[in-house]
Amino acid sequence: MDLIWQGLLEAVHLLLSLDAEVFEIALLSLKVSGSAVLLSLLVGIPAGMFLALTRFPGRNFLVSLVNTGMGLPPVVVGLGVSLFLWRSGPFGLFNLMYTPAAMVIAQIIIASPIVTGLVLAAMQQLDPRLQLQALSLGATRWQALWILLREARLPTLAAIMAGFGGVISEIGAVMMVGGNIKGQTRVLTTATVLEARRGNFDLAIALSIILLALSFGVNYLLTMIQQRKGGAPWDSRPFRWK
Amino acid sequence: MGQSAIPVEVVDLEQEYDGRRVLSVPALAIKEGEVFVLIGPNGSGKSTFLRIINLLEKPSRGKVFLFGFEPRTRSEILQARRKMSMVFQEPLLFSASVYNNIAYGLRIRREKEGRIRQKVEDLMEKLEISHLAKRLATGLSGGEAQRVSLARALAVEPEIFLLDEPLASLDAPTRESLRSDLGGLLRELRITSIYVTHDRTEAIVLADRIAVMNEGQILQEGTADEVFNKPRDELVASFVGVETILRGIVVSRMEQLAEIEIWGKRIEAVSSCQVGDEVLVFLRPEDVTVTLPGDGRIRSSARNVFPGRIEKITHLGYLVKLHLDCGFSLRALITRVSATELGLTEGMGIMASFKATAVHVVRRG
Repeated sequence: MDLIWQGLLEAVHLLLSLDAEVFEIALLSLKVSGSAVLLSLLVGIPAGMFLALTRFPGRNFLVSLVNTGMGLPPVVVGLGVSLFLWRSGPFGLFNLMYTPAAMVIAQIIIASPIVTGLVLAAMQQLDPRLQLQALSLGATRWQALWILLREARLPTLAAIMAGFGGVISEIGAVMMVGGNIKGQTRVLTTATVLEARRGNFDLAIALSIILLALSFGVNYLLTMIQQRKGGAPWDSRPFRWK
Repeated sequence: MGQSAIPVEVVDLEQEYDGRRVLSVPALAIKEGEVFVLIGPNGSGKSTFLRIINLLEKPSRGKVFLFGFEPRTRSEILQARRKMSMVFQEPLLFSASVYNNIAYGLRIRREKEGRIRQKVEDLMEKLEISHLAKRLATGLSGGEAQRVSLARALAVEPEIFLLDEPLASLDAPTRESLRSDLGGLLRELRITSIYVTHDRTEAIVLADRIAVMNEGQILQEGTADEVFNKPRDELVASFVGVETILRGIVVSRMEQLAEIEIWGKRIEAVSSCQVGDEVLVFLRPEDVTVTLPGDGRIRSSARNVFPGRIEKITHLGYLVKLHLDCGFSLRALITRVSATELGLTEGMGIMASFKATAVHVVRRG
């Protein structure tokens, strides 16, 4: 019990003293996972919409792949990315192994199926005639897709939260492709494991609390946007295409 | 093909789903400013027709000309579609304010905000929804939502207005009030409109011209009077509410008055059919008068008077439908007050009469 208590006190101390190393680790975690989620949106939103709104042979197979990908083990992703980025691998010439870029790549692979799957489900819940309605009012294809995305904004924000939650908390992939190098690729999850192994439980607890706080902060922000009165933050504002 | 005054024209239009033909319209033209009502039972191909006109669906065969031009490329289709707007059975409002919903079509056309405000406010006033402007559209009642949907479609000033059963999902009083407002609006704006419905009253109230559609084919088109009072065949007759449909043969004729034998009885009707023609006789229930037998005081101009028996009485609010057996089956629609005053009961003997001019005769085959 003392250990936990001491850990909590140390965590508070580290947080209040704005420890440079801890701050750096937290910032890198946010940068890596934040950019991975943002980039996974670029993949997941169009892919989810495409799968929801089109019918073609093999579509069910692709949907099954996405659903499987939603539970992709990070270690498997880490191994796969390592094989590709390894010096002798197909992309070895880029020297990305053990860099934050490699960690971002691995996390994109983890988050993209989550975002795709949830956007797909969100789009399928919309009335299919909404797209026809937008087109019949003179919308271009892109304008119609935008209005659909706008209509599915609540579950889409949930998809972003799920994607972020999935990558900020994973350790297997970032450990394998990042290597947990101090000052370069050390993030909150890998640092926590390291400190716990060393027996520095106070520091491990402090890092865990920061990780939780970071995760909570981002999700709180997204939840505020999602749950604003009227269901959307931009209801009172006009639709804009420019 | 050059610019033509005909807003909508279809030629040899066919649509097939999985090899099954759901629509076949060899030729149809909608004139400028007219309200063309397409009436027919559910699943008869009416909505498919509208979607094809709105260029939301590509037909398997045939051509659609809009103002004499057949849009083919993506930009031509968009341009043509921006001259139209469509209202669906469900309001399909976006989750934004009522104002923003109505403004949607104008905003995607990049109209100036000042003009948008003016148009939206004008339409909200016309459709009596100004008080809802700031409300979230997805929380409105059915009638309010459909008014918003109509305003949204009219805001873009369509040259062709397509309405796919816009009142079908509303309750009776709301439907009636909106039907009346919509009728006024269509008359005021004189937009070329194609209105799809399965409701006869809507068709009669709103239409300049009516077409009856069944199984993807237009069975008859004409004015409301022509279609409802002179149905071309049994199918149209049954759909437009003619309840007595009898088969007979013309046995004699004098001037325009034909005598038709039905089940051994003879009916007189105004018709150009010739002696020997096998015919269908259509009679609307509201054209049949019921009197009590032995009431010698009444002298009537009705050419057809038959003794009969009431088989069944169906109460329809302030009206009563009588199922009569006069040697052939006949329906009569009378007021409840009349039925009470005459003391009508099932099994009772009556005299049924109708005028020769009330009988509509169609040659069979």
